[in-house]
Amino acid sequence: MNTAYTKIAITLHWLVALLIFSAFPLGLYMSDLKFSPLKLQLYSYHKWIGVTIFLLFIARLLWRITNKPPELPESIVAWQRRAAHAVHHLLYTLLFLIPVTGWLMSSAKGVPVMYLGLVQLPDLLGKDKALGNLLETTHSVLNYLLLALVIMHIAAALKHHLIEKDETLTRMMPWLKKKTL
Amino acid sequence: MKLITPSLLLLTLVICSANAAEFSKVQTAQSRVSFDYKQMSVPLSGSFAKFAIQARFDPAKLSASQAKIDIDIASIDTGNSDADDEVNDKLWFDTKNFPTAGFVASSFKALGGDKYQAQGKLSLKGKIVDITAPFTFKQNGDLGVFDGSLNINRLDYGIGTGIWADVATVANEVSIKFHFVASSKK
Ligand code: HEM
Ligand code: HEM
Repeated sequence: MNTAYTKIAITLHWLVALLIFSAFPLGLYMSDLKFSPLKLQLYSYHKWIGVTIFLLFIARLLWRITNKPPELPESIVAWQRRAAHAVHHLLYTLLFLIPVTGWLMSSAKGVPVMYLGLVQLPDLLGKDKALGNLLETTHSVLNYLLLALVIMHIAAALKHHLIEKDETLTRMMPWLKKKTL
Repeated sequence: MKLITPSLLLLTLVICSANAAEFSKVQTAQSRVSFDYKQMSVPLSGSFAKFAIQARFDPAKLSASQAKIDIDIASIDTGNSDADDEVNDKLWFDTKNFPTAGFVASSFKALGGDKYQAQGKLSLKGKIVDITAPFTFKQNGDLGVFDGSLNINRLDYGIGTGIWADVATVANEVSIKFHFVASSKK
């Protein structure tokens, strides 16, 4: 039975986590700014980070299809296993839906995405103000759902580490284990 | 023979006058004034919903042709809905003091084929600048279709100053495009 995440899986997990912890506050901050060059710049950077998350999501999906994630420690009860899997699946779903709604919103608002200022993503939708506003709301709601799930996800990881003192967190953070050894 | 010559003459006259029609009834609903620019290297396009054109264009009598276009700046659609509310601002078009922009063509030149150019004065945000606008003219029955474009640098007209002067965010080059349809019906 495999009990360890591969280096690739760990790297992708933390890279995506780091980018989400930047894209999320950036999204909140930029949308409240008054119209200014700074706002336009931050929108572009937010989109670039978001598209990067999307590309890493695809890499993660490929990893997930070709690798079986390690089984959770035996000590974890059945409902908690199911909950963990459900949350992981929802997180993956959001890592797909949030960037896609962002991309579609950009097209509907008439400001296509120029990834890193170099590659223009195709517009899958025509310009449509009402649809743009609907997608903006959707993007925002999905983000708050992500926030709630990530808080649960972190709380569960910490509970396993601090209260149950099992391997859950150290499997995703092997460097923690090395220090305590 | 005696009869044929005058009727031929008459025929050529009819053809000539059909060719040399004057296009002066502008079909505003089918005409467009739009522009392309770049924002954070993203190509965007906008347009003006309201404009008035007075024109008399006769490809056979360019020296007698004239055109005047007035654009209602506040009718702008910048292509980015967030930007539409900003254009009235002093830093942008300052529409309170400069509600309209205009182009008055003072001379036309044939460049061969269906290509022409108009020379005249563009007035934008209080600045008046001599410009040359190349265009094509295609005749389709009673209708004449004019398509042209001209490139300007927005900063030459003080459009987007202050914090907006940085051309890395909003590019300096703006390409103005026009598509006018005018009828030659009297
Ligand atoms: C997983 C990646 C992403 C996260 C975590 C994220 C997060 C957020 C958040 C938290 C907001 C603020 C929502 C609000 O004000 O309620 C936001 C807004 C926005 N996001 Fe994203 N986003 C992501 C990806 C993208 C992508 C890929 C694009 C476009 C290609 C994008 C385009 C936008 C835009 C345009 C807004 C501003 C909406 C407005 O005008 O208020 N986002 N994002
Ligand atoms: C936005 C941030 C995050 C996202 C989107 C995210 C997403 C995910 C996903 C989808 C998995 C399942 C991997 C799989 O088995 O296929 C996972 C696993 C894991 N994550 Fe996160 N995560 C985030 C942040 C964090 C943080 C901050 C922590 C630590 C406090 C953490 C700890 C873990 C642990 C320990 C696992 C392994 C669970 C197991 O062994 O089954 N994650 N994460």
